[in-house]
Amino acid sequence: MWKSITGRITLIVVLTAASIIILVPSLTDRVPAGWKDRVPKINLGLDLQGGVFLRLAVEIDKAIENTSLRYADDARALCREKALPVLAFQKVGDGGFSLRFPPGDFASRAQSTLKEEFPSLDVSLGEVKADGATVVARMKPAEIQAIRTNAVVQGVETIRNRIDQFGVREPQIIAEGEDRIVVQLPGVKDQQRAIELVGKTALLEFKLVDEGASVEEALKGNVPEDAQVLYQKSVDPQSGRATKTPMVVKKRALLTGDTIKTAKVNFGNQAGGAHVSLSFDTRGAKVFDRVTAENVKRRLAIVLDDTIYSAPVIQERISGGEAQITGSFTPEEASDLAIVLRAGSLPAPVKVIQNVTIGPSLGQDSIRNGIRAAIIGGLLVVGFMAFYYRFAGLVADGALLFNILFLLSGMAVLSATLTLPGIAGIILAIGMAVDSNVLIFERIREELRAKKSVRASIDAGYDKAFMVVVDTHVTTLITAVILFQFGTGPIKGFAVSLSIGVAINLFTALVCTKVVFDYLNAKKPMQALSI
Amino acid sequence: MIELVKNPKYDFMSIRNYAFMISAVLLILGIVGTIQIFRGKANLGIDLAGGTSIQVKFQKPIAMDQVRSLLAGAGHGEATLQGAEGENILLIKLRAHAGVEERMVAEPVVKLLREKLPDNPFVVESISEIGPAIGHKLRQDATWALAISALAIIIYLAWRFEFKFGVTAAIATFHDIFAMVGIFWALGIEQDLLFITALLTIGGYSLTDTVVIFDRIRENIRLRKRNTFSETINLSVNDVLSRSLVTSFTVFMAVMALLLFGGAVLRNFALALTIGILVGSYSSVFVAGPMLVLWRGEKMTAVKG
Repeated sequence: MWKSITGRITLIVVLTAASIIILVPSLTDRVPAGWKDRVPKINLGLDLQGGVFLRLAVEIDKAIENTSLRYADDARALCREKALPVLAFQKVGDGGFSLRFPPGDFASRAQSTLKEEFPSLDVSLGEVKADGATVVARMKPAEIQAIRTNAVVQGVETIRNRIDQFGVREPQIIAEGEDRIVVQLPGVKDQQRAIELVGKTALLEFKLVDEGASVEEALKGNVPEDAQVLYQKSVDPQSGRATKTPMVVKKRALLTGDTIKTAKVNFGNQAGGAHVSLSFDTRGAKVFDRVTAENVKRRLAIVLDDTIYSAPVIQERISGGEAQITGSFTPEEASDLAIVLRAGSLPAPVKVIQNVTIGPSLGQDSIRNGIRAAIIGGLLVVGFMAFYYRFAGLVADGALLFNILFLLSGMAVLSATLTLPGIAGIILAIGMAVDSNVLIFERIREELRAKKSVRASIDAGYDKAFMVVVDTHVTTLITAVILFQFGTGPIKGFAVSLSIGVAINLFTALVCTKVVFDYLNAKKPMQALSI
Repeated sequence: MIELVKNPKYDFMSIRNYAFMISAVLLILGIVGTIQIFRGKANLGIDLAGGTSIQVKFQKPIAMDQVRSLLAGAGHGEATLQGAEGENILLIKLRAHAGVEERMVAEPVVKLLREKLPDNPFVVESISEIGPAIGHKLRQDATWALAISALAIIIYLAWRFEFKFGVTAAIATFHDIFAMVGIFWALGIEQDLLFITALLTIGGYSLTDTVVIFDRIRENIRLRKRNTFSETINLSVNDVLSRSLVTSFTVFMAVMALLLFGGAVLRNFALALTIGILVGSYSSVFVAGPMLVLWRGEKMTAVKG
């Protein structure tokens, strides 16, 4: 340890001043902005300020299957165009499909056409039988890999967009591993809405209603090959009762939500409810213009995530690139719908596999309880030390105060997150902090009992206890660091405050207390020590 | 000078057989408890077992039976309900079932309660939903954390003292961890992620205690203060006894403050720490030292360091 007393005191004073400058903005809001913005702050964990933690599993296989089905649709449309009769269609595992053609050169012509049109597909000729031949198309591995990566990366991006528009301060949205997304929304008030906003796939599709098919037959299972049954949900504004009406619609989407430029909430249409108006980008507007022109007097279903919102009859060709989604929306629902349409759909559906939601009131209770326990625990320890070790105990108590001060400012510097277990960690660190001084003081007592001088006893006490103090700190640090590595959320907070506390304790318990005794011994050796 | 114990000369080694008996009981409890955890039969928290827990605060007193039958009607017959006295707080726990597809039920349950209990409004204080896969992963992580810390500690102590010291200290530490698992299992108290945290904390604490005693043993061997190893251990334990008592007492006070004033969320955690400190202080004196004698014999070979 250093010899110079002034050097050590200067170091302690500088550290204390720095700590105070760092900590004040964390404790009170009434500081100048220039000061506040320049120092790091202790973050409060979700368990202390309330909020939502979501872990989502991205269903990548579904994204791959969806893409493959889209290719299949396009491929069949192309075959129709080129007069290549498709007899049967079948899904093949791992993002592939097969088409069967009648005998003749249809299959080989189809193969070369598909190869040319879809460079991202591997197209091969399948078995040739007397009654026809098949063509098998599979997405290339690079394409599948791209979907995989995109599903998570684009998913994170989309969710971030939605949350930013919803308005949450400091959200954290990160990819985890290959197929997980972790979303943390501290301080969010309307928690249920936030969860729904994050988890919605929000795939918007415009599909023609299949007027030729009968709903009764379809519900019995006789659905035309190119159609599907979807339900329209509607809520009666008076009774609040929800009803589901089945409808048969064409499988093929004429237009999807990725062509939407903006989406806005509007109020005050004839029904008096909220509705969402959309405007398409140039490509979307062109398609919408063609689709409406070709299908006047037919019904167009507006489908979001396989639920029909409305299915209005197309009265006339719509060229302006504008459309409206009406339904029985509350203003919040309409606003959330507009957000997800603007932010775009998730490339793959997600499933919530972990949801931790803490109400704001519980968070405040936790802070209050935690701080109360910390203060009471601290006072008990401080009181006991002063009682048991008298003057030396007071010195240790002073070191304890420095320990807490440095610990908090250390957490601020590292921008660490304070969680409820983190507060427990601080309380525990307080209890253990005095242990180093207990070890030293007991040693000094032994030396005094052996009739050594006060000054020699103090020096010998610190010397002999030094290594064991280091050992105890290192072993505690080992477990704390491992906790940090393996822990999640709140547990990490515990590990952080415990390890910073232990590390700082090494300095405060050894240096801060020793300098007091050295100072007292400097002019003339102490004759008695109250310990 | 105030002293808790004056010049202690207790013969700890002479009662080591009784101590071994107590430890054996604790260990058996712990092993049974651990097996039950892995069989899924222990009272595991939602965060380790998977499932849903919902805490709501009502404005008026709650009719538990009504809530129970409402939940049963929605297919959650085996939900556990727990009320906090005088606070109108209700804790609903729904366990995940192995093999059943993961699905989130918190939202429908909250909706159901809002709909069916319209004259007793409530706020949702917390929701915690964890799919079985995540629960499984957390359990695995916890096991790894325990295993790796044991290894790291053995290595460190083998380097600072000697291999046998390291292993003995690790055994004494695991003794405490098993004892805590066993005691919690026997008392039927829920074991959650915070409990795992308490286990590791106590592991660190108990290890500190052991290291202090080992350090003194090494010193006393070097100084040749006694002729046999067990006498040396006895002397060393007595030498550091007042430090052990004072430290245990200060940590104990801090943890008691947490237990009594830290609020409901931290109660089980604080209880685990309280039990752990008692067990940890016991094991450093009665398990670590005697084990060392059993393994190392009475030879007074010097310890490096």
